[in-house]
Amino acid sequence: MARPKPVAQDRGRGLGRRKFLTFLVAAPTLTVAAKWGLDGFAPATAVPSLPSLADVGDLGDALIIGIKPTSHLMVLEITEDNRMRFELPRVEVGQGITTSMAMIVAEELDARLGDVDIQLSDSRPELQFNQFTAASTGVRVLWEPVRQMAADARARLVAAAAKRWDVPAGQLTTRDSHVWAPDGRSLSYGSLSADAREESAAGAEPKESSEFKVIGKPTTRLDAYNIVTGKALYTMDLPIEGALPTVVARPPTIKGTVASVDDQEAKAMPGVVAVTRIPSGIAVSAETFYDALRARDALKITWHAGPNDNLSDSDIRSQLKGTVEPLAAPKVRDSYLDVTFDFAFVNHAPMEVENAIAHVRDGKADVWMPSQAPIYAQQTIAEAVGLPEEAVRVHVNRAGGSFGRKLFLDAGLEAARVSRVIGRPVKLMWTRQDDMKHGRMRPRSHHTIRASYTAGEVMSFEHRMAGVVVDFTHGLGEALTSNTDDPNEFPSAIYFNMSQANPYNLGLAQQSMKDLILKIPTGSWRSVYSGVMRTAEEVVMDELAERMGEDAITFRKRMVKANSGKAVLAKAAEAANWGRGMPSGHAQGVGYHSEYRSHVACIVELDASDHPHVTKAVLVADVGQVVNPRGLEAQMLGSTMDGIATALRAGVHIDNGAVRESSYGDFLWTKHHDAKFEFEFHSISTTWEPGGAGELAVPAVCAAVANAYARATGTRPRSFPISF
Amino acid sequence: MQRKFKFFVNGERVEVDGDGDMPLLWALRDKLGITGPKYGCGSGICRACTCHLDGEEVQTCQVPLSECRNKRVTTIEGLADGDQLHPVQQAWIDADVGQCGFCQPGQIMTAVALLERTSEPSDADIAAIENMCRCGTYVRIREAIKAAAAGDVGTPDDPPDNDKPDKPGKPDNPGKSQDRGKGGKPDVGEPEESVEEPSEPDDSVIGGIGSSVG
Ligand code: FES
Ligand code: FES
Repeated sequence: MARPKPVAQDRGRGLGRRKFLTFLVAAPTLTVAAKWGLDGFAPATAVPSLPSLADVGDLGDALIIGIKPTSHLMVLEITEDNRMRFELPRVEVGQGITTSMAMIVAEELDARLGDVDIQLSDSRPELQFNQFTAASTGVRVLWEPVRQMAADARARLVAAAAKRWDVPAGQLTTRDSHVWAPDGRSLSYGSLSADAREESAAGAEPKESSEFKVIGKPTTRLDAYNIVTGKALYTMDLPIEGALPTVVARPPTIKGTVASVDDQEAKAMPGVVAVTRIPSGIAVSAETFYDALRARDALKITWHAGPNDNLSDSDIRSQLKGTVEPLAAPKVRDSYLDVTFDFAFVNHAPMEVENAIAHVRDGKADVWMPSQAPIYAQQTIAEAVGLPEEAVRVHVNRAGGSFGRKLFLDAGLEAARVSRVIGRPVKLMWTRQDDMKHGRMRPRSHHTIRASYTAGEVMSFEHRMAGVVVDFTHGLGEALTSNTDDPNEFPSAIYFNMSQANPYNLGLAQQSMKDLILKIPTGSWRSVYSGVMRTAEEVVMDELAERMGEDAITFRKRMVKANSGKAVLAKAAEAANWGRGMPSGHAQGVGYHSEYRSHVACIVELDASDHPHVTKAVLVADVGQVVNPRGLEAQMLGSTMDGIATALRAGVHIDNGAVRESSYGDFLWTKHHDAKFEFEFHSISTTWEPGGAGELAVPAVCAAVANAYARATGTRPRSFPISF
Repeated sequence: MQRKFKFFVNGERVEVDGDGDMPLLWALRDKLGITGPKYGCGSGICRACTCHLDGEEVQTCQVPLSECRNKRVTTIEGLADGDQLHPVQQAWIDADVGQCGFCQPGQIMTAVALLERTSEPSDADIAAIENMCRCGTYVRIREAIKAAAAGDVGTPDDPPDNDKPDKPGKPDNPGKSQDRGKGGKPDVGEPEESVEEPSEPDDSVIGGIGSSVG
């Protein structure tokens, strides 16, 4: 496809096309697998490493290379009944990856979209790095290998038809899951599949973007029908025979432990089958969740304190202030800004609480769970229940939201532990209160920024962050550190360095992050460090522009490194009618962000009177080649709500080692009344290879809301969420 | 105390042995295998468990079994008339509302109840809906409710290459309201794999809320 010349930060977009070979796997019907490189790769035997991040760019780039040795293990099968079945080594969490992948397969195969089945793959350790759903890399990383697989399959099917009809392959065409002869005869792919196994795909090439018929067309999610009819099955909906509803009594403070338990009364209650002690608390298994919950409440437990019982938010904030690296840049006389920011803990709070089904018996285990890192889940569960890794199967199921939460296997591990003890299949669910009080969070962070300027130029921009450490122990973190020689290198530091880049030319620009190690459950939260780092920077950009007497968008356009950045800002200004008169108490605000080889600008209008709320949101993104514009817009919409929530109201307090919030009643996520705004999304269409999009807009929207709030109220937001 | 409770779910008579305090949500899910209504909070806040009880919107995590005797319960599974989707369901597909989808059975049941109370809900009526959506689909929900209210559902001209005759499709008579609680069997214990069955993809351009620019 056409590749524009990269400039500045556009570099890395549209890497040259790699050459692929494919080979056939023995199977009754055509089963294609992709393979890279002319000489192939031997299966890795040593601990696998991702390429050094310094050499590539970001995690997406690392994964593009990191999955090469194993990509030939992905499976695309053409079945005799003319279905195109692709086993997707990712999880659907609502981001629309199944629809995007089906579109890519349909495009390159010339199959009907309705004939493509995407099945979420069970855990397959041999896939190594190719079974993480993380960092907005799904489409970006699978784009080339999946297109190549499908193009190969199509070439083989054409070759089989050519033989069957004795017509030169060059005269045949493909559409609607059939091969067509010049005289109008057709053969379905299914009927050619067995023969196609013998054919070669030599020279098959994916299409040029100008030939796309499916990719780039707004397409409704393939699971939309199942969603609206209640047929979409989440893990707790799976009819696993005999699986016992199970809940866990948890400590009053984070990571408290059981001192003693009296379970007599609980055990005697109706429906109760077993009471099991596990490291995180006391599990009750019963015939229904109602029985299990009632019996849980009847347990008499005394608890040991947790490791944070002397800690509250103010203590954590002081510790973070003591952790952050001191500002070092010289202050230019009167022409500098010194600013600090604080961001509260934020729960992931997906609608589907943590849950998993596990059946451990006869030397093997099956676990059903929504998992972004199923290989790691398999290995960890195997170790916990004392089984060899091969004896454990993790069946990946669709998730009811994730936002990073399902990288971990908290419930899967608990379910497996209980099942091993009681010898029955266990259907374990956290309550909403469990998830809020013991769930994972985006960590609290503290930031200091010094920016100095003179004569219309920014001389330096120094940004120091300290955050409670993000837990990266979900497999990806281990992969990130496996190629560093420095044993002290934390995956958090590596992830920070590879994900953070100031997208502007701001003279001497520095960013750093220090971890504060606390035993508080944390995890990557949609956009990870960028959600806080880039929000803080964008607020400072507005204040710098004001100091320098320049319009906030003109200033950004002048400073931004990438041409794509200028373009999204310009388009947003035009679409949102930037600078239009606003009533008092209302204001516009802008935010921009670039990551994952993509760019986004957001302009919101906010009414700050009374209950501050957004009245209009305009987003403009350039994410390279768009697979499904409708899905892209959905991701932008979701990120908009995340940006609004984290800017204005959603945060979690810690009081003496316990989370204060307990449900959506006090953890103030957005609701319908926060979404009264007009929403407009524009995608600047480019033919760069796809960048990441799922998390892209969160920092830009959060910043735009903060900047609008600042203008509307004449205040300087320094602590987020603004009302907390 | 364990007792027998008889009521109707999606038009079928059911009998549940249980304790009168058991929330309807758990009776549906754990006793009857009807999993459309979801647990999201268990305390009446998130509304993922919303169903209809004698035509009224209720949060099933808050309704004890003892209040269900002889009443008619409609869950998301019973909303369509056989293969004919309820117009609100169709409007949801048209607007491609769902993301993770978890909150959507509750959102749809709430929207259906709202439209029965108010045939033309205002923005304020929609903003007053309490159902949570963590994926942030609110703007599309509003669009879908308005389309359903206007009878503007279903896309008449699906491109032929996306035809999927063996899959339940869109109503022939979009906008025609249907009796709730008719037809539609509960999905008792029906296994289903994680393969997503495709509905008819809608290739129409994004309407109303923004478009692509070059
Ligand atoms: S589960 Fe019933 S309202 Fe949340
Ligand atoms: S679609 Fe995911 S919670 Fe609403």
